[in-house]
Amino acid sequence: MNQTTFDRSTIRFQDVTTVIGLEVHVQLQTQTKLFCGCATTFGGQPNTQTCPICCGLPGTLPVLNARALQLAIKTGLALNCEIARHTKWDRKNYFYPDLPKGYQISQFDQPICGAGYLDVSDSKAAFPARRIRLERAHLEEDAGKSLHDESPRGGRSKIDLNRAGTPLLEIVTKPDFRSAAEAKTFLVELKLILGYLGVSDCNMQEGSLRCDANVNLHVACDGEIIATPIVEIKNLNSFRAAERAIEFEAERQFGAWQKSGATINDAPKQTRGWDDNIQATVLQREKEESADYRYFPDPDLIAYHTADAEIESLREQIGLLPAELRTLLTTTHQLKPSDADVIVGQGRGVVEFFLEMAAGCGNSRIAANWVGQEVLRYLNETNTTIEQYPVTVTEFVELLALMSSGQMDQTRGKSVLNEMTESKSGLASAIQKLGFVAVGTEEMRQLAEQLIAENPDLAQQIRDGNVKAIGALIGKARKLNPNANPGVLKTEIQDLLI
Amino acid sequence: MSRLNREIARLSAAEIVQHIAQGNFSATECTQHFLDAIDRANTRLNALITVAGEQALESAAAIDQLVQSKKKLGPLAGLPIAIKDGICTAGLRTSAGSRMLQNFVPPYDATIVKRLKDAGAIVIGKTNMDEFAMGSSTENSCVGPTLNPWATEFVPGGSSGGSAACVAADLAPTAIGSDTGGSIRQPAAFCGVTGLKPTYGRVSRSGLIAFGSSLDHIGPLTRSAADAALILTTIAGHDSQDSTSAMIDSGDYSTALDESIKGLKIGVCREHFGAGLNPEIDIAIQEAIRVLADRGAQIVETSLPQTEFAVPTYYVIACCEASSNLARFDGVRYTHREPGDDLEQMYCQTRAAGFGAEVKRRIMLGTFALSSGYYDAYYLRASKVRRIIKQDYDVALESCDLILGPTTPTAAFRLGKHTQDPLEMYLADIYTVSANLAGVPAISVPCGFSKAGLPIGMQLQGRAFAESTLLQVAHQYQQQTDWHLRRPVF
Repeated sequence: MNQTTFDRSTIRFQDVTTVIGLEVHVQLQTQTKLFCGCATTFGGQPNTQTCPICCGLPGTLPVLNARALQLAIKTGLALNCEIARHTKWDRKNYFYPDLPKGYQISQFDQPICGAGYLDVSDSKAAFPARRIRLERAHLEEDAGKSLHDESPRGGRSKIDLNRAGTPLLEIVTKPDFRSAAEAKTFLVELKLILGYLGVSDCNMQEGSLRCDANVNLHVACDGEIIATPIVEIKNLNSFRAAERAIEFEAERQFGAWQKSGATINDAPKQTRGWDDNIQATVLQREKEESADYRYFPDPDLIAYHTADAEIESLREQIGLLPAELRTLLTTTHQLKPSDADVIVGQGRGVVEFFLEMAAGCGNSRIAANWVGQEVLRYLNETNTTIEQYPVTVTEFVELLALMSSGQMDQTRGKSVLNEMTESKSGLASAIQKLGFVAVGTEEMRQLAEQLIAENPDLAQQIRDGNVKAIGALIGKARKLNPNANPGVLKTEIQDLLI
Repeated sequence: MSRLNREIARLSAAEIVQHIAQGNFSATECTQHFLDAIDRANTRLNALITVAGEQALESAAAIDQLVQSKKKLGPLAGLPIAIKDGICTAGLRTSAGSRMLQNFVPPYDATIVKRLKDAGAIVIGKTNMDEFAMGSSTENSCVGPTLNPWATEFVPGGSSGGSAACVAADLAPTAIGSDTGGSIRQPAAFCGVTGLKPTYGRVSRSGLIAFGSSLDHIGPLTRSAADAALILTTIAGHDSQDSTSAMIDSGDYSTALDESIKGLKIGVCREHFGAGLNPEIDIAIQEAIRVLADRGAQIVETSLPQTEFAVPTYYVIACCEASSNLARFDGVRYTHREPGDDLEQMYCQTRAAGFGAEVKRRIMLGTFALSSGYYDAYYLRASKVRRIIKQDYDVALESCDLILGPTTPTAAFRLGKHTQDPLEMYLADIYTVSANLAGVPAISVPCGFSKAGLPIGMQLQGRAFAESTLLQVAHQYQQQTDWHLRRPVF
């Protein structure tokens, strides 16, 4: 340690680099568990989705659910990972009451997905675009849940094994993040990709997506880098929690380092948990040395050989992913990056809705505006998905055509759309219900002539170049015919007077 | 003993099935005969941990119903069978000889038990064994040792000592054992019965309480090779519940029994006749070789050069796997549980009280050998040696059809003789463990008696999935000899 050669108090927090790596556990959406036939649905009565195999009864043997492996390969391909042609299963041995066999079936040295990467950027350019390298992604079975009696009397703990044996994909990144915002963006993007792939429901409340972060600081001093002890933060069950926990931890570590000067060589790896209530990380345990899991190949399972044809067939099922769709929307469809981001961020269904609408109306920006504002507002307010949206693309396109042809103004168009979504009615009946009648070109000209004749003063002002007078004249039109499109009427008046 | 009882005791498994089908005696009479025999002898021999009297008689009555109504009968209809206590039986206590599981009643049948029941066999009881199949004498059982029916101050071998003793003492006409390093063949040799360890993957392990998963095999212990073929035909074949189960068809193992062995090349391996082999055994084996040569078999010399490394290799791999396989016995769910002030104490007390000394010894050995820093030197190295041993078999079985040798270096030893020296006990497996490491099939056949009147076994080992050849040679040998027909007086 040569920390005595400089004064730590001269280093400011903004001068240190935060180094972050993530471990993300994703529950794969299979019908049945990884090694038995039990259902994987969340929220069942405790221990109702169990069998002798996932309860670890003696004599039972695991049988691989190949579907889980396929979902893992699909995810690996989407994350640019090398897919192992030969993968095997290993036992990770440790005792815990919610681990029924006393070991977890996992993958140690031959994970199904090897090195890969994910590019992340911020549409508002809050940080430079970054390529996050992925170390690996391996498949393993989840443990059960321990339910501890938190009452003052305490005592009894209960075990629910419904979750035991559910397939998990553990994705491990390199320590490539330099800020909490980057880590959060990565998680958001990863979740989005997993949704596009349909491999996980990524419900963080239900634990389908769980994240641990490894955090430490690099301090540049006199041309050398000093690293602070690494802390693993567990229990990050929301993106917000992940971001806040990393921010908190970076500041905490900076404070600790300023006080003690302890470096990575002085302290063992620490595990801390994020406590949402107090918005702080709390010490869980200090590892004297890393736990010895005594990994060895599981003799109950056979190695799996992935055929090239299987990989290619899975690759074909992937379709365009968020990054490619963003590019499509900003180039071919000329959308602003932030608009493209909003649409792509809603998932494949909304993107497809948009693409069909853009193709139907022939104007991507108009389609993007309506999708980005009206459609998403509805989905948010009603907490529904695009698949449940009551208006078909065809009718939406017809409605847009009414507006672009001048037969209906924007305000009325929105009213019609609201009527269609509220009463789940078709376009024609919504218009009829609102009493909106299309005003023909001839009728419109007559209306303009009538207005000019009845308001000679205003007509003169318009001829004199008073633009505001057109507005006043149009205002009077509402009483004569409320269905008249003000924009079209304005053109008519101008044609007659100017 | 009534005429019927005397008759049943002399019948082969196939004959029992035939007599029941023909109505010469009922399945109930047959089952009752063996239950009575158990009743008379088990207190002394301690061959069965649990006797399934009621269930067995119910099953027998069901078979009799089928016979009376002339319904189609399974290939083993009415045949009583004793199952090693390490194999799960639905609704019937399965303790694996351990205090840890002394009250464990599985909710399911092992695949082989299901197949036996489906074929009409009647599970008559659960046989005594070394705890979790760890031992070669059936002394490491929580209910005490089984005695050898030939001389009750001697061990019956192990770990399937209860199954071997049952068949030898006519407490059951057939039995099922498991073999991780010789646990079917060695007790078969010590008790004068026929014991077959099939190829790895030939018989499903689903429902077998695991000791060393990559070495565990299930197989029959019977009075003859023909009976073994009958049982194997029922229990062999692919099982979707066992990922290591072979996809290769099994077929009927009885069909080739009577085919001539003329011209078959039988290899005799020099490593099987070195120091440590009791001369009485050597003589019996040489005599067996002569019998087979007389039947037209061609005797050739062969070699398994790595034989001396088999025992240490076996003990490393078996203990490593066992240390992990036995982790589930933790006091949390279905096992015995000792109270503790906290979780760790509960774990420690439960495992300290629930496991016997030999099991604890092997868990510690395996845990150590898998530990960080030792893995390469033990588990990994043992896995490499295992591959070489496998290659030895590939080479040796290119120039011969099967390998003949002694099953054990000595006949049965006295109770308590090796309990203080586990290493000496481990050497009882010297000729049997290699077949488990290589996964090849092996059978032990009675081939003589020592001067003290204890049985001697000959081992035949063959190519993977060539059980038929082993059974054929064993059967032809048994056509020429009567060692397998002799019965102890106890």
